[in-house]
Amino acid sequence: MQNLKPQHIKASSPVSDKEPRLIAQDVSIFYGDKEAVKKVNLSFQPNTVNALIGPSGCGKTTFLRAINRMHDLTAGARVTGQIMLDGANLYGENIDPVDVRRRIGMVFQKPNPFPTMSIYDNVVAGLKLAGEKNKSKLDTVVEKSLRGAALWEEVKDRLKAPGASLSGGQQQRLCIARALAVDPEILLMDEPTSALDPQSTARIEDLMETLKEQVTIVIVTHNMQQASRVSDTTSFFLIGDMIEHSPTAQMFTTPKDQRTEAYISGKFG
Amino acid sequence: MTSALSPTQSKGLTRTVSSKRRLENLSATVIIGILTVIVLLPLFAITYEILSQGIGNINLGLFIESPKSVIDTSGGGGVAHAIVGSIMMIAIGLVIGLLVGVGAGIFLAEFSEHKLVPLVRLFADVLTGIPAIVVGLVVFQALINSRIIEYSAVAGGIALGFIMIPIIVRSTEEVLKLVPVSIREAGLALGLPRWLVTMQIVLPAARAGIVTGIILAISRVGGEAAPLLLTALGNNFFSLDPTKAMAALPLAVYKYAFSPFEHLIRQAWAASFVLVLLIFISSLIARYVIRERN
Repeated sequence: MQNLKPQHIKASSPVSDKEPRLIAQDVSIFYGDKEAVKKVNLSFQPNTVNALIGPSGCGKTTFLRAINRMHDLTAGARVTGQIMLDGANLYGENIDPVDVRRRIGMVFQKPNPFPTMSIYDNVVAGLKLAGEKNKSKLDTVVEKSLRGAALWEEVKDRLKAPGASLSGGQQQRLCIARALAVDPEILLMDEPTSALDPQSTARIEDLMETLKEQVTIVIVTHNMQQASRVSDTTSFFLIGDMIEHSPTAQMFTTPKDQRTEAYISGKFG
Repeated sequence: MTSALSPTQSKGLTRTVSSKRRLENLSATVIIGILTVIVLLPLFAITYEILSQGIGNINLGLFIESPKSVIDTSGGGGVAHAIVGSIMMIAIGLVIGLLVGVGAGIFLAEFSEHKLVPLVRLFADVLTGIPAIVVGLVVFQALINSRIIEYSAVAGGIALGFIMIPIIVRSTEEVLKLVPVSIREAGLALGLPRWLVTMQIVLPAARAGIVTGIILAISRVGGEAAPLLLTALGNNFFSLDPTKAMAALPLAVYKYAFSPFEHLIRQAWAASFVLVLLIFISSLIARYVIRERN
């Protein structure tokens, strides 16, 4: 086990002396009568990358989408328990899901730039459509967000070109820039590189390292190497249960649970 | 090492096709060709008939002049009054068709879990099936017979608008449903309220398709005479007053075609030609818009 490419695994880093930023308490998620996620308890420290892994259908994406209340839009989906962001329950009374999503951004599995908008308009969509008209402020945000997503150098001369004219990897970084533009505190990433080639994947993985200086990242990934490369903590999900939540280095070297060990060593999944 | 095809199998690729199969292939091709011709035949027949019958009256005057006196048999005079009337009534109808049709289409596509959706969809379906003349009769009874307004372009436009509504509702709903869910989720994940996502992101993405549906609706009502007979009544003179009776191309065709005068019957053919031309141009615009989208 010690020979599992230790150079790719970070030193145990979850900073346990900091207050967790995001806490899930007894979170269950139902589709109709089916309980897709069962009483999950998890907490994420600020400025960390947290991976959710597990076989297909284990509930990791379902859990991720509960964090920014995307299930509000799914007919028949129901969330119980609490998800706390800086001490406020996101499912509490008088909480507007629109405000929740403004603070918790999301990057999806497939790049989904707005088809009718230019690169520039895609980046500032969240601000512009919400009423921000100050041109110089928007210009600043565009450059800052595109730099943040490591896309600025490639597109700075063609900001008026359609967002859809970019390559798949560039589109995904455009979507990251779009999410960063509204200055979220948490960034959820739902298998953000599964539709991309290895080079684009590497760029986005590098990006996460710098992004965590400004945001807390929760990433769902099918790719265990990716989890081990980018994340500080890893949570292993299996058929709706959260089996183990550990520092990534520990998870991939000395997992506590036998099922985790079986999964990461490729016995199933 | 092991080829997928053994030598004997690969030989099979070059075997001669049996004459029975050739015959079947040939006859299928011939039948499909004949069916295609049958589809195209009416189009050419109608175009030829309109052109050949109306050719004597098709000139610049047709488009820019109003009718001369009935007893002026010189063949001059045009249908400008009816062209303007048709355009004005379609425009009035479009205001209704757009507001109600696009609005209901958005409602059906974007709020599909709402409990009123089945009811709205039922109304749209029933409205599709109501004959145009019945729509005209209803508008006549509700607005003209009850003396709210006179026979007028407004009444005609309202009738046309109601015929447009279900067409626009359905096409709007269909194209909005084609906009991927991922685009909506992307907008919502930015912390945008749902109505903004619908109006500013989803609607623009479906714009070309919605415009196409609107133009199809225009083509449909452009040729309607029956509802206008009961609402716009028709007019022999050039008028721009929407509160008064007004001419329209289908009405002009109807009126001239039943006249006893040879030159007026030719004028009916000429007016038909203008009508077909207008609808043809709208269809071209629709196709152009679709091409722009891709």
